Amino acid sequence: MSAFIEIRGARRVFRASGERRGMADTIALDGIDLDVETGEVVVIIGPSGSGKSTLLRVVNRLERLDEGEIRIEGELVTSPRADLRRLREEVGMVFQSFNLFSHLCVLDNLTLAPRLVRGLTRGEAETRALSILKRVGLADKAARYPRELSGGQQQRAAIARALAMEPKALLFDEPTSALDPEMIREVLDVMKGLAAEGMTMLVVSHEMGFAREAADRVVFMDEGRVVESGSPEELFGHPREARTRAFLQHVL
Amino acid sequence: MLTRLPWWLAALVLLGIWAAISALASSDYRVILAAVARGLGVTLSVSLVAYTASLLLGLGLGLFRTSPLRVAREAATFYVELVRGLPMLVILYYIAFVGAPALAAALNAALKPLIDRGLATPVETRNLGFAARAVIALTLGYSAFIAEIFRAGIESVDRGQVEAALALGLSRGQVMRTIVLPQATRNVLPALANEFIAIIKDSALVSALGVQDITQLGKVYAASTFKFFETYNAVAFFYLCLTVSLSLLVRAMERRLKAGGSR
Repeated sequence: MSAFIEIRGARRVFRASGERRGMADTIALDGIDLDVETGEVVVIIGPSGSGKSTLLRVVNRLERLDEGEIRIEGELVTSPRADLRRLREEVGMVFQSFNLFSHLCVLDNLTLAPRLVRGLTRGEAETRALSILKRVGLADKAARYPRELSGGQQQRAAIARALAMEPKALLFDEPTSALDPEMIREVLDVMKGLAAEGMTMLVVSHEMGFAREAADRVVFMDEGRVVESGSPEELFGHPREARTRAFLQHVL
Repeated sequence: MLTRLPWWLAALVLLGIWAAISALASSDYRVILAAVARGLGVTLSVSLVAYTASLLLGLGLGLFRTSPLRVAREAATFYVELVRGLPMLVILYYIAFVGAPALAAALNAALKPLIDRGLATPVETRNLGFAARAVIALTLGYSAFIAEIFRAGIESVDRGQVEAALALGLSRGQVMRTIVLPQATRNVLPALANEFIAIIKDSALVSALGVQDITQLGKVYAASTFKFFETYNAVAFFYLCLTVSLSLLVRAMERRLKAGGSR
């Protein structure tokens, strides 16, 4: 049985051309191997610019890969003929800056994709959306517009939007980095709830507390490579690599 | 209170009142206004038809301008730069005296099998009215400006929302239709409305082809009576009624959009 997400030799280089002319090439991913099992929660940590976000973005092909392969449920998604829309139906994504649709109310944010992509009727989609909003504590905000919500509420709505597609896995790209400290907890609580329910999650985060509590495995990345990975106890308690130790000393 | 009153508007209203009083006081003005007013329908219909058509053509060109397909992008840019680089009056003459005969010839070539069998009569250039030629010319000219407005609107939409929509499995077309265009259109609504005001003013150019709009009727009346001052006052009065009221509407629209917050 293969892993839910299999990443093999992933390499992505941002060339110094066009608007980046005159800058050095940036190796964002320098040969990454990583597996995420079904139901597993993997948290990626590392200094900024280490390629964490790029790794998430290549998994659902918002970014292309220069070399290497990514398989999801055994299906090669990095081939040019891959069905990107099917891949994205099954793997949801939550962004640092929420990216809610600003011209739609919260309810419509949640029902848009299920209706257009999954073919649900408006009634079906709304029933599903309302039960998900209840779960993330936003049942009373269904008719509100994103700009009327706090940052924490917006991010919870964005998670609810991803859940409304009933994905098999979720990718989180620094979901709490744009939030005020007092709002981080409400978002992390929702994520912990999902982890406890067995959702397959790949999370890029600076929240070491969350990694410690909710992660099955923590991956430390630096300069486009996986430096080390292990259970939270191993990685936070007994880091093997000097670079991991230095990073942890810095953030803990 | 006095400082918050928009003085420009007060001055324009006073000007309008003065015009109304002069018109009522003088039989000359009543005759002139009646003579020029017969062109109001032409001015309005030329503007409306050309504007509607250039909105559609402009939207298409704007989509091409932002297309990931290089051929589409280059073709639309070629068109926009070509048309924007020409004076509207030259476009008008070009369509009227070069484009229209070419169009008639093209139609005849396309319909040749039918014409040969006597099922259709050949189109003659002179049957293609100058008003129609003027509308085509204004449409072609304004679609280039409107394309640029749509392009700016499309580019103003938050890239993150596009990525979020793609990540949910929407196709590029669905993203454009449900996420980008609704927000882009909202953002450029005042700019699009300003183009309508501009097209009303540029519709005066059709008088160069002898189309009987407000300007043409004024020109003819003034030339036959030598009452240039009164006639062009009347012409200006009609244009200002249209443009100033529309411009007030655009201001109200901008205020509402700002209050609602476009993001």
